[in-house]
Amino acid sequence: MSGDAVVSVQGVSKEFEVPGGSSMTALSGIDLEIMRGEFVSLIGPSGCGKSTLLRLIGDLTDPTAGSIAVNGKPAPQARVDRDYGMVFQAPVLFDWRSVEENVRLPLELTGNDKAARNARVSQMLELVELSDFRRHHPYQLSGGMQQRVAIARALAFEPALMLMDEPFGALDEMTRERMNSEVLRIWSQTGITVIFVTHSIPEAVFLSSRVAVMSARPGRITRVVEVDLPRPRTVETRESRRYFELVTEVREALRGSEGKGDPMESALERAAAEGGIG
Amino acid sequence: MGYLARNLRRNLPAIIVFVAAIGLLEVWVRSMEVRAFLLPAPSSIVGALVENWEVGYQIWPAAQTTLLEAAGGLVIGTLLGIGVALVISRWPVARDVALPVAVAINAIPIIAFAPIANNWFGVLSPNSKMVIAAVLVFFPIMINVLRGLTEVPASSLELMRSYAARPATVFLKVRVPNALPFFLTGLKVAATLALIGAVVGEYFGGLNVALGRIVVQSASKLAFEVTWAAIIVASVVGIAMYLLIVSVERVVIPWHPAVRGERAT
Repeated sequence: MSGDAVVSVQGVSKEFEVPGGSSMTALSGIDLEIMRGEFVSLIGPSGCGKSTLLRLIGDLTDPTAGSIAVNGKPAPQARVDRDYGMVFQAPVLFDWRSVEENVRLPLELTGNDKAARNARVSQMLELVELSDFRRHHPYQLSGGMQQRVAIARALAFEPALMLMDEPFGALDEMTRERMNSEVLRIWSQTGITVIFVTHSIPEAVFLSSRVAVMSARPGRITRVVEVDLPRPRTVETRESRRYFELVTEVREALRGSEGKGDPMESALERAAAEGGIG
Repeated sequence: MGYLARNLRRNLPAIIVFVAAIGLLEVWVRSMEVRAFLLPAPSSIVGALVENWEVGYQIWPAAQTTLLEAAGGLVIGTLLGIGVALVISRWPVARDVALPVAVAINAIPIIAFAPIANNWFGVLSPNSKMVIAAVLVFFPIMINVLRGLTEVPASSLELMRSYAARPATVFLKVRVPNALPFFLTGLKVAATLALIGAVVGEYFGGLNVALGRIVVQSASKLAFEVTWAAIIVASVVGIAMYLLIVSVERVVIPWHPAVRGERAT
């Protein structure tokens, strides 16, 4: 549609071979257009293919049908051009490299000069507020700090797009909320486009400009919820009436894809969301 | 120096127990009048060691010879092991060919191979002992390096793929560092095996100034205190090789959990 789409997914489906010769449809008929500067979350039950969709956009796996464009070019070309940075659920840092060496890793793959490279690393460490830990090794950092190093590394090439695959799933709730604010700060400072896979409804609503709700077997996008919460989003955002309305809307969209649940359970879950439990 | 002091404190109980055991052995052997060919008293072993250090059986020059053979075998076996592991990790087809052969080589009882190696590479030459040691060294090095090069976390490979890194880059920046701890683990095992290989080779003939020869000859003359002295020196040489590799490990992979764990205590 628009010339300013960073990601354009059209009619994509993905089938996996399963042992025994048959195949399993992970994704079916996915259409998704993501504009420059958007923050889009993919949320859904496990097995809905949200991570697979992210990996397809990153050309880490091939679609069975359909087309995927990143920055206006086919996904494989975008990967080769390093148009995106990826953050995985595990930090995937190399133990043998210090913090700054881990952030520098992608820059070492190109022939750029050393001074520029080191300047960029310093800049990135400043962005994630880890400048004081540049000579530390990953094992000396907490889980949240390790994930910040991974974010700095993903941004090293100044990509237009950051793909995040449940990056805070392994963190405790307090750290996760802090990391959410951190990601929003980085997002607004860099103007980068983010696609964020999560299974946490509060996290998706707090972060996103749009939440794509997915259902399982086969994986489809069943609804896209526009999140019109004002920015910058703060602690107060998490306590606002509109926030709870949107959390409920996303929850009901998720439920709608599996049939209605009973009202008691729904009330309990809402209470849990209000308590900040994902 | 703080490091030395800490090490000493940590090892003090072991040292005390060791010294006490030697003392008890001495008292027991003397008081029960155990005959020397069954178990010589520690003091007479030390006496034999001093007496034959540079003259007589020449234990010190013999230890140098055996160390040289073991070290040579360690180097040859290590280079071969790394080379084969590199080829196998690069071309999976080679794995199907080379692994059964490697397993078969590893299954050869080294005692059976030693006389043949002596025959092939010269019974009086240190080369034959190095070859025997190398045969023992090859397998643990090859298997460990191969594991290190291939057992790379899938997430690390995916990360490198997201950066469109070339296979050569993945090899240098991920596979090789990943293999280092595996390699050093293999090297620790191999160092001890190399010494065993060298001594076994000497058993089946060679110049007399070598630890394995001293064991054979002194035992045939019932000079068991000399036999024991040679055995002790051989084990000291083995421990020295092992410790050398442990200290290399500290320098090369200070980030590895095994090394960090040692530091924490």
